[in-house]
Amino acid sequence: MADFCMPSLGADMQEGTLVEWLVKAGDEVKRRDVIAVVETDKAAIEIEVYEDGVVEELVVEPGQKVPVGTVLAVIRSEGEAAASPQQRREPAAGTGGAPVPAESAAIKVAAAPAKPEPAVSVPSAPGPAAARIKASPYARRLAAERGLDLSQLPGTGPGGVIRAADVAGGVAPQVLRPGTEQAAPVVAEPAPVPPAAAAPPAKDFQAGMRRAIAAAMARSNREIPHYYLGLRIDLSRTLRRLEAENLKRPIRERILPVVPLIKAVALALGEAPELNGYWVDDRFQPQEAINIGFAIALRQGGLITPALLNADLQSLDELMAALRDLITRARSGGLRSSELTEATVTVTSLGDLGVETVYGVIYPPQVALVGFGRIMEQPWAENGMLAVRPVLTATLAADHRATDGHRGAQFLDALNRYLQEPEKL
Amino acid sequence: MTDEQIREVVLTILRRIAPESDPAALGPDDNIRRTLDIDSFDALNFFIRLDEELGVSVPEADYGRLHTLAEIVRYLAARVQ
Amino acid sequence: MTTTAGTMRKLTYREAVREAIREAMHKDERVFLMGEDVGRYGGCFAVSKGLLEEFGPERIRDTPLAESGFTGAGIGAALGGMRPIVEIMTGNFSLLAADQIINTAAVLLHMSGGQFNVPVVIRLATGGGRQVAAQHSRSLEGWFAHIPGIKVLAPATVNDARGMLWTALEDPDPVLIFENSNLYNMEGPLAVEAGAVDIDRARVRRDGRDITIISYGASLFKALEAAEILAKDGIEVEVVDLRTLRPLDEATFLASVARTHRALVVDEGWRSGSLAAEISARIMEGAFYDLDAPVARLCTAEVPLPYAKHLEEAALPQVAGIVALVKKMVGGHG
Repeated sequence: MADFCMPSLGADMQEGTLVEWLVKAGDEVKRRDVIAVVETDKAAIEIEVYEDGVVEELVVEPGQKVPVGTVLAVIRSEGEAAASPQQRREPAAGTGGAPVPAESAAIKVAAAPAKPEPAVSVPSAPGPAAARIKASPYARRLAAERGLDLSQLPGTGPGGVIRAADVAGGVAPQVLRPGTEQAAPVVAEPAPVPPAAAAPPAKDFQAGMRRAIAAAMARSNREIPHYYLGLRIDLSRTLRRLEAENLKRPIRERILPVVPLIKAVALALGEAPELNGYWVDDRFQPQEAINIGFAIALRQGGLITPALLNADLQSLDELMAALRDLITRARSGGLRSSELTEATVTVTSLGDLGVETVYGVIYPPQVALVGFGRIMEQPWAENGMLAVRPVLTATLAADHRATDGHRGAQFLDALNRYLQEPEKL
Repeated sequence: MTDEQIREVVLTILRRIAPESDPAALGPDDNIRRTLDIDSFDALNFFIRLDEELGVSVPEADYGRLHTLAEIVRYLAARVQ
Repeated sequence: MTTTAGTMRKLTYREAVREAIREAMHKDERVFLMGEDVGRYGGCFAVSKGLLEEFGPERIRDTPLAESGFTGAGIGAALGGMRPIVEIMTGNFSLLAADQIINTAAVLLHMSGGQFNVPVVIRLATGGGRQVAAQHSRSLEGWFAHIPGIKVLAPATVNDARGMLWTALEDPDPVLIFENSNLYNMEGPLAVEAGAVDIDRARVRRDGRDITIISYGASLFKALEAAEILAKDGIEVEVVDLRTLRPLDEATFLASVARTHRALVVDEGWRSGSLAAEISARIMEGAFYDLDAPVARLCTAEVPLPYAKHLEEAALPQVAGIVALVKKMVGGHG
């Protein structure tokens, strides 16, 4: 028997609303099946199950908002006998006020003497468990009175403690995710196509996303000692090859320039694995898979960074298809939980709006962010000759706890090398 | 196809690509990318849809000439059968 | 107290205490003063200078150097219907009289089923900072504030030095008055018609909105000086003078903390098991949900007070230390 819990879909997530069950009790499920839809501050996410089995019981009902870690459903492994009512597990401790149906409360009394089986946690998030928030009693009281979520407030007290002033101000710090620095999007009225019927109005949704971004980025700037490296890269070889390729293709099969850039990042990370992973529990935890979180700006404001899984192993066509799929779903709802939690590094491309250089803020617990600016025609001297070339400034924002500048420089050098040999991409 | 019909098709596509924005408010000489906050992905989708709706395949080389509604309508009018 | 500047006069804390004694002696013939060197010598701190000549040796009584004995005699006189003022030269020597105070005066009312009350007033000089070394620099008022059955007063201002004694003498139970010896030379304004004051309320000596400093005795003036300095940095400090250490008027400091959301206790006693600890606990019990920072304490370093001037200064709470601590508590990004 395993608990299917509300996953943490990012270091900044504290709770989520179960929007919909895609299975019912008695249904068979397979690993990686999407069985529920959960609404976070950022988006409606499809949640996958991580083992084969049969749905024993749906614990939380659609519409309920519960903290991360709350048991949503119980999954019986294949071959395991159906549990008698006495063996049913109660929702995990710490679910606080999570509503429990009256019958199951009655069962709890009856089941008290029975020994609960050991809980099997669903491994869904790479991030560390949400730590207790440090806030002064007065700040907590003020936040409660105003209905503010402490996890979304910046702490300016000693050691990042949230104090009354932080609540009274109620303003998230002016730390923006790269990609949100664009001019205010033109929004005539609330979005007419919310991700799901049950989605909150656009304004709440945006405010929630803003707070989530604020919390993650404030944490990043507070905790991560960033270092930045930049390299101007001659893209003529890559673009020439891409143009020639696209010329042969119908429009819908064309590949955008960002795709070879992503592939080059993935390959270069293979040579600098210390940039691919997480800083958790005071140490770097490298990740085998290279899953590139791609920052997608949402037109109504905010952004989301779903992952292109195993980007180093995919062809440009596969990456293009995956990226198109991600962007479409990011903007319409329907991202999967693994896509939101499995990014091992982030790529931000802001070239569309003419930005030359990106100074990224790392998304914790990742340790690096690669930024791409606009591809611009520039004078370029090479072998004693001056020419005009399409030039891109690539930047690396990296966590100095995990790596030093030397390693970062090796990464950018490798990135450049791959972009000079586009046939290898 | 009249210019007006072409314009209507273009606006319909834009509405699907950028539902959060209001293409109807777009002036003929406004920069579409900037006004509607269109990125290169949206742009590619736009050209794919144009191909589907009007049968006009815009080569990459021409992307740079098509910034405003007026430019796009003029460009398409010359190529639509 | 309503008065105008024209009716104010200046006098020292010492003179204020002497006036209070003299007034009590005139008002009530049951009142007498006893203690070491209070008569012919005029008191170790010259508080009773001139009183022997004015009231005679029957009412201004020099005693042997035997604190237990003469404190016990004072308690006996109080039981017998007198209103004695017992002067224990300094609080340090109260240890020799502790049994009489704690085991006799404080308990007789209860142990006699309410038949015997002990209306004795015991005055003691207290505090460090005068280079008289470890044995003569203690602040033991916090110890006595631990004991049910007695009242413990700590007049800081000239007005309280002048007014608390009479109210204490009127109290049916034992009252200890701790006079910080650094204050005797302090001059302050006093209304001509100043008289008895209450002994059951703390006072806000300065209004502020950012933090409450709770103090008493000589430390009160360090807190006020620090508040003055901090005001220049835009930090508005509220300063509460406890005045009475037992029973504590917690309503006043809890109300203040509820306004400012931060509290610092400045106490010349040592921190461990101290009055400061008690106040801190009361704030936790009574104003927890109003706190925006942990309650802080600034107390004397936990060493026997050194003789050397610079070491003694370093050991005692000082203005600079208060300023630094308040800035840390109120400022951001500590």
